[in-house]
Amino acid sequence: MRTTFVKTLIEIARKDDRIFLLTPDMGYSVLEPFREEFPDRFLNTGIAEQNTIGVAAGLALTGKIVYVYSIIPFVTMRCYEQVRLDLAYNNTNVKLIGIGAGLTYGSLGPSHHAIEDIAIMKAIPNMTVLCPGDPIETRELVSRSYENYGPMYIRLGKNGEPKIHSEETRIDIGKAIDITNGKDFALITTSNTLETGKRWVDEWKKEGIDVRLISMPSIKPFDNEKIHDLLSEEMSIITLEEHNVIGGLGSSVAEIIAESEKKVKFKRIGLPDKFSHYVGDHRFQREKFNLIEKPSVDFIIK
Amino acid sequence: MNSGEFDLEQLENLSKKIRKQIVTMVFNSKSSHVGSALSIVEVLVTLYFNILKIETNIESYNNRTDRDRFILSKAHGSSALYAILAERGFFPLEYLKKYYTNDGILPGHLDRVSIPGIEFSAGALGHGFSAAIGMAISNKQSQNSGRIFVLIGDGECNEGSIWEGIMLAAHLKLDNLTAIVDYNKIQSFGRTNDVINQEPIGDKWKSFGWDVIEVDGHNFNELIDAFSAQHKKPKVIISHSVKGKGISFMEDKLEWHYKSPDNEQLTKALEELEKK
Ligand SMILES: Cc1ncc(C[n+]2csc(CCOP(=O)(O)OP(=O)(O)O)c2C)c(N)n1
Repeated sequence: MRTTFVKTLIEIARKDDRIFLLTPDMGYSVLEPFREEFPDRFLNTGIAEQNTIGVAAGLALTGKIVYVYSIIPFVTMRCYEQVRLDLAYNNTNVKLIGIGAGLTYGSLGPSHHAIEDIAIMKAIPNMTVLCPGDPIETRELVSRSYENYGPMYIRLGKNGEPKIHSEETRIDIGKAIDITNGKDFALITTSNTLETGKRWVDEWKKEGIDVRLISMPSIKPFDNEKIHDLLSEEMSIITLEEHNVIGGLGSSVAEIIAESEKKVKFKRIGLPDKFSHYVGDHRFQREKFNLIEKPSVDFIIK
Repeated sequence: MNSGEFDLEQLENLSKKIRKQIVTMVFNSKSSHVGSALSIVEVLVTLYFNILKIETNIESYNNRTDRDRFILSKAHGSSALYAILAERGFFPLEYLKKYYTNDGILPGHLDRVSIPGIEFSAGALGHGFSAAIGMAISNKQSQNSGRIFVLIGDGECNEGSIWEGIMLAAHLKLDNLTAIVDYNKIQSFGRTNDVINQEPIGDKWKSFGWDVIEVDGHNFNELIDAFSAQHKKPKVIISHSVKGKGISFMEDKLEWHYKSPDNEQLTKALEELEKK
């Protein structure tokens, strides 16, 4: 996803010289092509995330479209008040690109894990929150981020995520995407769980369970209508995310269900409200938090 | 409590041993930050084998609240600290094989609950320094003789929180606090002084109210003198070092912030260290 991001941004920057890229000292072996092509529109602002966000706001208020690139905790949490006020309150055209969704950074530990970012970012007024799940969603949403004004947060994985959508798929802010057409229940994924969701759905299919897989890369604005449609069909819903179950995708869906007058079976799958003290890579962490094997769906399918 | 009296030759030999551990750990785990660990070896050896007053008996380590405390604020240099702590008897040497591996014990960044001797969980830059100031304030307030030592990176000095802390520590005249800046002149995505010029780094700290000593960060005599110097203000040791020190092909190269050695490189690295 990192390389897709930088490729897409370079294409945009070729057409629009307002594009500016800041990094608080991250992006080795990723951002070099941008730096080489647009040296005067690239700035390493040093390991100083708070200042970087304020600088981005100033650039944006004088006509630039600014992308800020770092590891998720450093581009969201380290500088949270700058994000809230300088970007959101001032409503500036700044896009935050965060790398390392969920437990991507495995053995580097909780300082580098990102399990609260969706919750805190979606709680800020004016902020758009986008969590692409494959390179196509990344390409599409980075393009949409340029086409639409305002502060945005884009949560990326790292590298090597497989393409789930076909090349020509168009993806819009605020819209869910149906990937399979099942009728037994709906599995909704966001961000870097799309691949796992796809695998689970394929496995269920072999067992004769027919699941509707829905990718929800746009956390805010949220596709409320999609959830209401599922409720009208009386579809049971499972949500899957690599984020604290507090305040993520599952919470957004739960709120809609709770305020509807419908009753469906519903389950959130995500990370428990804990820091990981496990030492191990991304896959190892996922195993420890039960995000590899598909869950039992006996409570839905009898 | 015993601060250890090791002579120069012993310290040199220890450094060699620690460096071998570091490259082996990074090789085994295919992890990053080998350059960051290699630049602080002499500082850590000096501290743990010559300066810090700490119990070697782990049971009593935590109970001695008047122990000296060391905080590695640039926590990505963790492999160096683990190798030192293992050598100093904090935990079995075997654990070093459990660095950054699946079902491991020693995480890439420091976790206070992983093993004894880690004073502060960290991994984001610009945090450990502030916590060290808090510990220094606390010890002074309770007339605890334990001294606080904190090591920060030169890139880490980009963080505003470092400068907030520098001002507060000087204002409070924290004479029980020593900071070490690992001035290896490289950070994550460029050379330190190309990203944001730090010079004149010593004068900056001085004008903020600190005692400043600049040393060759790989010279034990200079380090011991610097650590032993009396001070009435907080003290900073600007440790001029080489990122990747001790292994020719890693020295002063940005790429070794990220890369881990392959088989051949490991053999070469161990050979070079052996010859020193
Ligand atoms: C707040 C924060 N931002 C970014 C990072 C990512 N990061 C890890 S190491 C590093 C460079 C550190 O440079 P320096 O302090 O000079 O230490 P060195 O590795 O050179 O010893 C960066 C930016 C981080 N860990 N924390």
